[in-house]
Amino acid sequence: MLSIRDLKVSIKGKEILKGINLEVKAGEVHAIMGPNGTGKSTLASIIAGRDVFEVTGGQVLFDGKNLLDLPVEQRACEGIFLGFQYPVEIPGVSIINFMRTAINEQRKYKGLDPIPAPEFLAKMNEAKKMLDIHSNMTNRSVNEGFSGGEKKKNEIFQMAMLQPRLAMLDETDSGLDIDALRVVATGVNELRSKDNAFIVITHYQRLLDYIIPDFVHVLFDGRIVKSGNRELALELEEKGYDWIRKNT
Amino acid sequence: MDNILTEYSFKDKMVELFHETMRKNFNNDNPYLKQLRQEAIQEFEKVGFPSSKHEKWRNTNLSKPLKLEYVHHFEPFEQFTDVGKLFMCEVHELESHLFAQLNGWFVHQNGGINHLPGGVIVGSLASAFVQFPEIIEKYYGKYAPFQNNGLVALNTAFAQDGLFVYVPDNVVVDKPVQIINLINLTENLFIQPRNLIILGRNSKLQLLYCDHSLLHKHSLINSVTEVFIDENAEFENYKLQNKDNDSTLITNAWITQKSNSNMLTNVLTLNPGTIRNNINVLLDGRNCNAELYGLYLLDKEQHVDNNILVDHAKPDNYSSQLFKGILDDQATGVFNGLVLVRKDAQKTNAYQKNQNILLTDKATIDSNPQLEIYADDVKCSHGSTVGQLDNEAMFYMRSRGISEEVARMSLMNAFASAIIDKIRIEPLRNRINEMVSKRLRGDLSICDQCILNCRDGRKISFDIDLSGIK
Repeated sequence: MLSIRDLKVSIKGKEILKGINLEVKAGEVHAIMGPNGTGKSTLASIIAGRDVFEVTGGQVLFDGKNLLDLPVEQRACEGIFLGFQYPVEIPGVSIINFMRTAINEQRKYKGLDPIPAPEFLAKMNEAKKMLDIHSNMTNRSVNEGFSGGEKKKNEIFQMAMLQPRLAMLDETDSGLDIDALRVVATGVNELRSKDNAFIVITHYQRLLDYIIPDFVHVLFDGRIVKSGNRELALELEEKGYDWIRKNT
Repeated sequence: MDNILTEYSFKDKMVELFHETMRKNFNNDNPYLKQLRQEAIQEFEKVGFPSSKHEKWRNTNLSKPLKLEYVHHFEPFEQFTDVGKLFMCEVHELESHLFAQLNGWFVHQNGGINHLPGGVIVGSLASAFVQFPEIIEKYYGKYAPFQNNGLVALNTAFAQDGLFVYVPDNVVVDKPVQIINLINLTENLFIQPRNLIILGRNSKLQLLYCDHSLLHKHSLINSVTEVFIDENAEFENYKLQNKDNDSTLITNAWITQKSNSNMLTNVLTLNPGTIRNNINVLLDGRNCNAELYGLYLLDKEQHVDNNILVDHAKPDNYSSQLFKGILDDQATGVFNGLVLVRKDAQKTNAYQKNQNILLTDKATIDSNPQLEIYADDVKCSHGSTVGQLDNEAMFYMRSRGISEEVARMSLMNAFASAIIDKIRIEPLRNRINEMVSKRLRGDLSICDQCILNCRDGRKISFDIDLSGIK
């Protein structure tokens, strides 16, 4: 599904990603770990479509299409979703309207009619139930006054509503207590299928106890220096990132 | 009859015109009114029109509209019209007491004075001058001072008609009172409506005042509204301003509140030519609440100047101002918000905010929030922001598949919603929401802008001759 080849990315002349290679197939869950500042979020951002970065080399293909050529909204319509690390507040735009607009824009892209009201409501209720979200939340403005944990839950809620094919979760576990973490993980696990894929970016191993990855990659100094299965995550937890530093 | 005003020395012409009109039209006024007119014209002669040399007028230049030729109707139209024949209010489900003013004269429906349930009087100020001289003498000219104020002085000198509302003590007016101020002459018209709104103790009134232009002419309106809110009364005031690009509208509102009263005013400027709103609130009591809101949506070369004064003359009062604007093209906006807290006005809470979005490099806003505080136990804040649409929010929305265009619309609507949400009359709030969305998309025709719907079903276009109605 996603094919990243030798991707090099800079910002303001400083090279952040120094040649990333990654293949993600449908049905797979990839975890990307690494110390802070090594480029994890940059990778997610560049796939989502942030324009503050310069791509200085390599390519990103999604279903064979050159992803870096597509504008942000088109990438989303093709099935890419980013769960933000720091979701922004949008006062005055309710979550309901936000989701309905997004769903309809994506349907328009595919040549479909807008979603009928009962179908939309059913989708919302299902997603809310799955994530243990209180009824009133969706009437509120997007992320306005939300705690960190609520914002993260809201990201997963949006994911459940939009049903993306490739979802990238950028440090979704940061700031969450155990219960919230479990709810978020449940959401992800229920949405997992053979047709979609996940890239879970995380600093800590803890989330991976709940979202079991098929592959674990360690990103260090702009490169993927080690790849393995979930055992790698446990080893990392035990030995710390210094172990990576020493062995690179 | 029709007086054509030419030449730039508008001031001299007006003074001359006054003396003519005094003989012809004002001669039968009661002595109180005549006296007031004389004093007012003297003041106007001294002070004249505000020029850009005045601090509060430096951003709004009246010289252009004052250079034009205007027609002035000092006599009311001979036939009075059934309002229902002129138009129908199109705000679905809005039940209101609907009135209209056409070219500066109150349209009589069943005579100039209407009696609503509870002893409420709504009608033509001209009729009130004749039928209720005691009320007039008690309240008229008491709240809008013309000393040093050329525009109020000029209006007071010439005022003949406008809206008169009297709500007795303890009466809650059952439905909103709605008045639509229409101009449909094929010539440039200069009118000076004068409105007087009196709320007795414990009373409540919702007023919706709409300013519309139906034809593309250079109209000049200088209106003065006096509002007296007695103890414990509640006043909700909505102003909807939908004008054409060639019009100049100056509104002067003077509101006096007595103890324990509540006032909410919301000025929705959806389409101006040049508009200057002067709002003056005097908190002349304790435990008053005054909330002032405004929304202005400008494009092309439109101009809006909101000039607010909230005078905390006594202690324990609360006031807040929130004005928001979206400016496109080369539009220009001005916000002057002065909160005055007098020496003995302890325990004052006064808040003020002006927020603006500029969509182009050429749009400008001049925002001056001011606090003048002479008491020491007060809580006040003021702030002003100017910016573009939030880039983070744009990216967030686009990352969900929402196109840039739709995302911009959503964010602009969201920005305006803070003010629209303050409209307490639900059908009106919904209709304004629709109109604002359309306006932001550039989809608003002059008819859609209107909350009217002309009776014969045709959309008003510039070639329909409405003169047959008068």
